[in-house]
Amino acid sequence: MQALVQQLIYGVQLGSLYALIALGYTMVYGVLRLINFAHGDVYMVGAYVGFYACTRWLPFRDLAANPSAGPTNIALAVVALILAMTICAILGALIERFAYRPLRNGLNDGDAHFWGFVLALPLAIKFGPLVSFRGLALLLILGIGFGFALRPVMRWLRRRIVLSTSRLNALITAIGVSLLLENGGLLVFGADQKFIGNVVPETNWNIAGIQISSGQFTIFVVSLALMAALRHIVLFTRRGKAMRAISHDIEAAKLMGIDTDRVIAFTFALGAALAGAGGVMVAALTHVKVSPLFGLLPGLKAFVAAVLGGAGNIPGAALGGVVMGVAEAFVAGSRFSTYKDAIAFCILIIVLLVKPAGLLGKNVAEKV
Amino acid sequence: MRLSHRGVIAGLIAFSVGMAVVSMEGCKNPDSGKTGGATAGGEAAVRPKTTATGNAVTGNEIPVGEFASLTGSTATFGQGTHNGIQLAIDEANAAGGVNGKKIVLKTEDDASKPEQAQTVVTKLCTEDKVVAVLGEVASTRSMRGGSVCQKYGVPMITPSSTNPKVTETGDCVFRVCFTDDFQAAVAAHFAFDQGFRNVAIFKDIKNDYSMGYAKNFTDEFTKLGGKVTGEQTYQQDDTDFKAQLNSLKAQNPQAVLVPGYYSEVGTIARQAKDVGLNVPLIGGDGWDSPQLIPGAGTALEGCFFTDHYFSVDLRNPDTKKFIDAFKARYGANPDALSALGYDAARLLVDALKRAKTLDGPGIREAIASTKDFPGVTGKTTIDANGNARKSALVFQIKGNSFKVFKTYTPEQIGK
Repeated sequence: MQALVQQLIYGVQLGSLYALIALGYTMVYGVLRLINFAHGDVYMVGAYVGFYACTRWLPFRDLAANPSAGPTNIALAVVALILAMTICAILGALIERFAYRPLRNGLNDGDAHFWGFVLALPLAIKFGPLVSFRGLALLLILGIGFGFALRPVMRWLRRRIVLSTSRLNALITAIGVSLLLENGGLLVFGADQKFIGNVVPETNWNIAGIQISSGQFTIFVVSLALMAALRHIVLFTRRGKAMRAISHDIEAAKLMGIDTDRVIAFTFALGAALAGAGGVMVAALTHVKVSPLFGLLPGLKAFVAAVLGGAGNIPGAALGGVVMGVAEAFVAGSRFSTYKDAIAFCILIIVLLVKPAGLLGKNVAEKV
Repeated sequence: MRLSHRGVIAGLIAFSVGMAVVSMEGCKNPDSGKTGGATAGGEAAVRPKTTATGNAVTGNEIPVGEFASLTGSTATFGQGTHNGIQLAIDEANAAGGVNGKKIVLKTEDDASKPEQAQTVVTKLCTEDKVVAVLGEVASTRSMRGGSVCQKYGVPMITPSSTNPKVTETGDCVFRVCFTDDFQAAVAAHFAFDQGFRNVAIFKDIKNDYSMGYAKNFTDEFTKLGGKVTGEQTYQQDDTDFKAQLNSLKAQNPQAVLVPGYYSEVGTIARQAKDVGLNVPLIGGDGWDSPQLIPGAGTALEGCFFTDHYFSVDLRNPDTKKFIDAFKARYGANPDALSALGYDAARLLVDALKRAKTLDGPGIREAIASTKDFPGVTGKTTIDANGNARKSALVFQIKGNSFKVFKTYTPEQIGK
């Protein structure tokens, strides 16, 4: 019994994390009917921001040498969390602006300049490390140069391309962005794995034989707090109202004077911030290795969680995440631990067969 | 439009089935692990013979290839080994090379991926026309590279791949380290000598080395009279191990064998403490990395692992010169993998000097006939199966460093 409760607690902890990532998938699906496969890689970027914040950027002090540094380090850890959320939010908005928006509205000069910088990145890294003056200067010069060179190309493309409303285009683009982030991560961060040591004081609590670590507890509590904040934004703010309006009917929302592009970018930023928070917390509190493929499996499982709960449904994503986490913990704790990743997909298949719209999704007929 | 909705779901189901298959792929591997251990019994496996003649030295330079995981999940393995090999080659060239010919080392990165190992070794054998290949730490990658070398008849020496299957690839593949059946037997004897009778095993199901080690440990430990209380598996790149560790804890083991790589061991150790599994962990040479401690924090304090016969604490005259030279050049102490890389390269140079002809068969025979070569990791004799018989050390992790705890010779283990 005790072992059972223990596995349940691990499952809920794991599930809260899946839920946090799944929210990003489900919100984007809600407004655009798009599965943003790059979302798991945003989680990876969050972990890397956490790594650099904890080891380079912020003045964390070694806890083993200064036991009294605990409170300052906790404050710095909050700064690292906010930093990761901010950078990921910007990244999420950038992905929307330069990968998905051109599919809806066509290309313009802004796109030319952005892709100019993307092209300049590998060259700049080849001739100087990115953090050095030489690397940055090269990036700047080449980026601007490529940008102007690409402008006529983009204009030509704009005239040639017939915009399609097919969702498949966006889906394939999402896979492309995911690959770009993973391999870009290899280029920028390197393939070797990185570890974040102990940055905040850690303890284990033993409550009636049940073990709970402070790190896992923090992840759980912060995830809940972020989900509550998200609920508030979606239900009680003007932006949230606009998001809900778009998810009902994007054309009608436009007619009502809603700046849909801005709201969609905001939705991406919001989801990405949550994923970034998840990434930095996992890397800093559970000390797992951070590598460019850090987001691959968690991202996939969160995607499954989102579909499980009903794509586009925010409480559904949270529920789906917890179901996935608990199922995984119970399988991993049994004799069949090898199958713990496969079980996620088996659950998905069964739920979709019984309830095609997901656990909390409404099965509404789409109008043509 | 209900139909399109169904279409999307059908697509998702197809996708999920695909992913489920991918996830389950890991469970195919136990077979390879088992065959790895099957030859542990001692009967000599028949090594396939090559008919290809390899590459011959044409100019005034001797091209030697190296494939290593300079980047990727086991990057520190590849970098450490490469430093040792480079040092040995440079020393040999400074001392006049091989009969006046200079050795040129061509290094290729396999990014810790078996497929890439196969590709880069093919390139080394066919484009760079190397006369011999040095390489790889991970057994999975050495087997891929070894099969290529076997195909082209190019002799290959692996510095530190310990899975018995590696040299069973064929008569072109040699090693300068002990094998996993020996290493695992050392771990079994050690655990028994420490008074552990109930040991649980936590192994990496996607890793031939880990599976083979676990099987050989189980065989030897049960033979000695110990009991394996439970087995659980994880997969490389997993991040959450608490559920498995918690189920191992339920059987109250006195120690847990974790024959994995450093990349996961640190996290496993931390989570073992989290679930309240406060018993020593025992591992193998896959733990030996400067990245082990940053990953583990203090969670591995007091734990043990078996390793090759090399430590900066064993400063006998043979190794002292190497340690000093290494430190002067790279500014850090060498680890066992650097030392084995150094030995592999020096053994190759020695064989090149003795070879009657500088081509595939000539170099192969010279390596195969190596006797009592004085390496920094102990005296090396290559046996009929291309393996080396060597002693092993047991290290204990104490205050963020590795301390020599015990030494086991092949005679003590009865191998």
